[in-house]
Amino acid sequence: MNTLLFTIATLCVIGVVAAIILYIVAQKFKVEEDPRIDDVEKMLPGANCGGCGFPGCRGLACALVEQEDISSLYCSVGGADCMKAVADYLGKAAPVKEAQVATVRCGGSCEKRPRTSTYAGTKSCAIASATYVGETNCAYGCLGYGDCVEACAFDAIHINPETGLAEVDADKCTACGACVKACPKGVIELRKKWPKNRAIYVSCVSKDKGAVTMKACKAGCIGCGKCSKVCEFGAITIENNLAFIDSTKCRLCRKCVAECPTGAIKMIGLAPLPPKEKPETKTETK
Amino acid sequence: MKTFPIGGVHPSDNKKWSKAKAIEVMELPDVVNIPLAQHIGAPATALVKKGDMVKVGEKIAEATGFMSANIHAPVSGTVTAVDLQPNGQGLRQMMVTIKREGDEWAEGIDLSADLVKECNLSAAEIIARIKEAGIVGMGGATFPTHVKLSIPDGKKAEILIINGVECEPYLTSDYRTMLERGEELLVGTSILMKAVSVDKAVIGVENNKPDAIKHLRELAKGYNGIEVKALKTMYPQGGEKQLIAAVTGREVPAPPALPIDVGAVVCNASTAVAVYEAVQKNKPLVQRVVTVTGKSIKDTKNLLTRFGTPVSALIEKCGGLPEGDNRVLNGGPMMGRPMSNLQSPVMKGCSGITILSGAEALRGEPSACIKCAKCVEACPMGLEPYLLAKQSKKKAWEAMEQNDIVSCIECGCCQFTCPANLPLLDYVRLGKQTVMGIIRARNAKK
Amino acid sequence: MANRTIVASAPHIHSSLSTTRLMGDVIIALLPALAVSVYVYGWGVLGITAMSIGCCVLFEALIQKFFVRGKQTITNLSAVVTGLLLAMNMPANIPLWIVVVGALVAIGVAKMPFGGLGKNPFNPAIVARVFLLIAYPVQMTSFAMPSTEGFVDAYSGATPLAAAKAGLLNFAEYDMLGMLAGNMAGSFGEVATLALLLGFAYLLVRRVITWHIPVSILATVAIFAALYGAFSFDTPHLASNFALFHLLSGGVVLGAVFMATDYVTSPMTTKGMVIYGVGIGALTMIIRLWGAYPEGMSFAILIMNSVVPLINKYIKPRRFGAKK
Repeated sequence: MNTLLFTIATLCVIGVVAAIILYIVAQKFKVEEDPRIDDVEKMLPGANCGGCGFPGCRGLACALVEQEDISSLYCSVGGADCMKAVADYLGKAAPVKEAQVATVRCGGSCEKRPRTSTYAGTKSCAIASATYVGETNCAYGCLGYGDCVEACAFDAIHINPETGLAEVDADKCTACGACVKACPKGVIELRKKWPKNRAIYVSCVSKDKGAVTMKACKAGCIGCGKCSKVCEFGAITIENNLAFIDSTKCRLCRKCVAECPTGAIKMIGLAPLPPKEKPETKTETK
Repeated sequence: MKTFPIGGVHPSDNKKWSKAKAIEVMELPDVVNIPLAQHIGAPATALVKKGDMVKVGEKIAEATGFMSANIHAPVSGTVTAVDLQPNGQGLRQMMVTIKREGDEWAEGIDLSADLVKECNLSAAEIIARIKEAGIVGMGGATFPTHVKLSIPDGKKAEILIINGVECEPYLTSDYRTMLERGEELLVGTSILMKAVSVDKAVIGVENNKPDAIKHLRELAKGYNGIEVKALKTMYPQGGEKQLIAAVTGREVPAPPALPIDVGAVVCNASTAVAVYEAVQKNKPLVQRVVTVTGKSIKDTKNLLTRFGTPVSALIEKCGGLPEGDNRVLNGGPMMGRPMSNLQSPVMKGCSGITILSGAEALRGEPSACIKCAKCVEACPMGLEPYLLAKQSKKKAWEAMEQNDIVSCIECGCCQFTCPANLPLLDYVRLGKQTVMGIIRARNAKK
Repeated sequence: MANRTIVASAPHIHSSLSTTRLMGDVIIALLPALAVSVYVYGWGVLGITAMSIGCCVLFEALIQKFFVRGKQTITNLSAVVTGLLLAMNMPANIPLWIVVVGALVAIGVAKMPFGGLGKNPFNPAIVARVFLLIAYPVQMTSFAMPSTEGFVDAYSGATPLAAAKAGLLNFAEYDMLGMLAGNMAGSFGEVATLALLLGFAYLLVRRVITWHIPVSILATVAIFAALYGAFSFDTPHLASNFALFHLLSGGVVLGAVFMATDYVTSPMTTKGMVIYGVGIGALTMIIRLWGAYPEGMSFAILIMNSVVPLINKYIKPRRFGAKK
């Protein structure tokens, strides 16, 4: 019995002494930090995705607290509400940024883009694209090995086994940009997010000449320029044999969609315009 | 018998398929595509345009800057295009397309077979001729030879090493060249010795080619300062650093150190023959010996091929592709680049076309790493491939740099030996490329 | 297009090495020692071995199927090796139910919870052996005496090490040759030193392991024991006998050749392997001479297993071009 009491007493004394030492050390080495950083960090989503350009949510919180002008800082995961709450708390003007969504700009599904070789190496887009052109003859399109899927912290992008292409779940996507960085082909772009996930975009990034693109893929943009001619808002530019729709200028009028000879301009959440007669059916290639 | 000090593996050499086949001349193709980037460094600048007539040996592209090489027309005919064409990996690069008409050589090129031993040129003149002829390392690395021979100030070459190792399995192009063009090889070696002003040269040959060793030793008696050294067969002895270590016992320090830092200059055996032709015969580099081989190839051959000839034509000449799916390699099975586009042209660095078929063409199923340390044991550079692959997977580029990833020579010993069939080099190579990019960006900032 | 080219980056060929082949070689290397055990202790040891291997494989298959999920891994034979080693670390007269418990600890505690082969920090067979030694000390240390007739004698004997610990041994007259051939009490796999060395030679020839770990362990044990002997005995003959005794007794050879060389739990570089081996040798002797247990091999290996990540982190191979 004595032994037991002695043991308990010893343990208690050790515990108390250790606690006192810890307390002194904690006091002595205390890092003076703005307490608001902790509060702001709590207001942020805590995904630590790095989409803001800082290594984690705490990095952004520090910057938000320290910088006078926070208009260049933005957490796309939290969105406008979160930024407004943070700005109100700090008494600064809330940064404004239009909502965005990651968009996979490749329509070269298994059916449209014939496979010409079999890739037997490591299933990684980065490794495959460093090895060769890929299983199809298109050097620009989606490889479908899912580097973006691995990079996504929000389970918002997946490879569709039927098309072999990456697809974004617009409701889950936070526009953090991780997939954009992970894609070695530069297929993914952050575009303006319309209500109801509506979108119109050129689903191709091939800079090859029209004839080459057409040979490799039936759904590719051949840079014919018909879409840019019909666009009333000057949203479509043609560069390097490739049409690009500026999502900040596009008004979703859908005229370009009907013009595209290869169907490379994709439309989501919108009904097609009523068909009208085409004056000429010959496709123009450069 | 000597070999390099660390690591190495013993893949079965499979040279029996093509070693007995004497060099044959490949028929001239009707159309050739000549890439402007057939070497390490900046692509050459085209000197011709659509519609121009060219003769064999005429310069059609000029070296762009120091680290680049000239390119000459391998056939005579009309230039039909200077445009982007897919290379062996299906990636588009600038190529000059020539439609062949006859076989008319440019003036001043000695096409006779007579051996010209005498060379009275100075070192600078020799290097200038080599540069003019567009010679690059023909073992596969395609490093411009004139750059290698221009010894930087303050450094001194002590020994010239001719690389007759050909440690890649299957390939026999250097071997056949050594056997059939030994005299030219030795004259070329003497010229190279003069170019870098050394009085000692060693031709390193692995002892799985005893007849080449014997033949060259016999011939070398007629030349001063050239020794033929038999080396213990071990992959990757043909690696520049490994060969220097095997021959001289000196180890080239980690990059950015170069072979010249230990006083060595290494040239491939086929390159030495090309040097002979350029300097003594005024013949630019327009052709090379290409081994077409594989276990399922009907008629393996060593073909003297003009550059620009489509790979598919060579394969047809050897009986065509075997039935089923094949892996077609530009080079040997350890370091060769896989090809998806067989219409692509033969280039300066293409020592062979190896075709793996059936089960050989597929990779084994990977399983978990058992930390057997076989990759560490096999790495000729003393690296830890298992660790580098793991860090590459985690994108830990800084840690990879600390673990000396830039020393990796991508020889493939780690992946070859891995009992778990892990794609170690896939990840290590990705990491090396990324880290090199980071280092380049950092240096550019400074 | 009838034929498609297959594309993957270099290297395009692979050596014939596989995990299964390496594990198979370890099993083959253990067979001579097992055969001697059968000769010395009778057919009973085969029953123990079969039970141990069967349980290890079964547990691994079940855990893989129901918990880990994914591809079945028993075909890599690693569970067989664990089972075989575990069995060889037991007395020849061990009750079979203890073998089952041991297999469960080896596979279910030391191996699979970490993610299976390649991820376990400690050698599963040794974890199981140490667990059994602590949990069932009586059964694990009642050793059957070898009998030349091929039967297990009715009474149990002390191991030479236990006898030495108790101060009952006369080193001047001890039968070293008998020990070499397996004529001593102990776990049934560890007694046949010659047969184990034969297995070592086979592993070296097949390039399954390198010499670094076993040789550094054996050398350290020998040197340690010789030094201790030199200080505590009067004649050099006794000191050398003492060293030889420590080399041949207990699990030194089995541990050095087969347990310490376990790929997963040993260092990756040759330098690291030597450090690891010296550590095991020294710890073994410290435990034997000053510890509470007569034998320290298992503990020494376990302790050094825990140091392996540190060794791997700080001991790098000599890079090509670096100073020798």
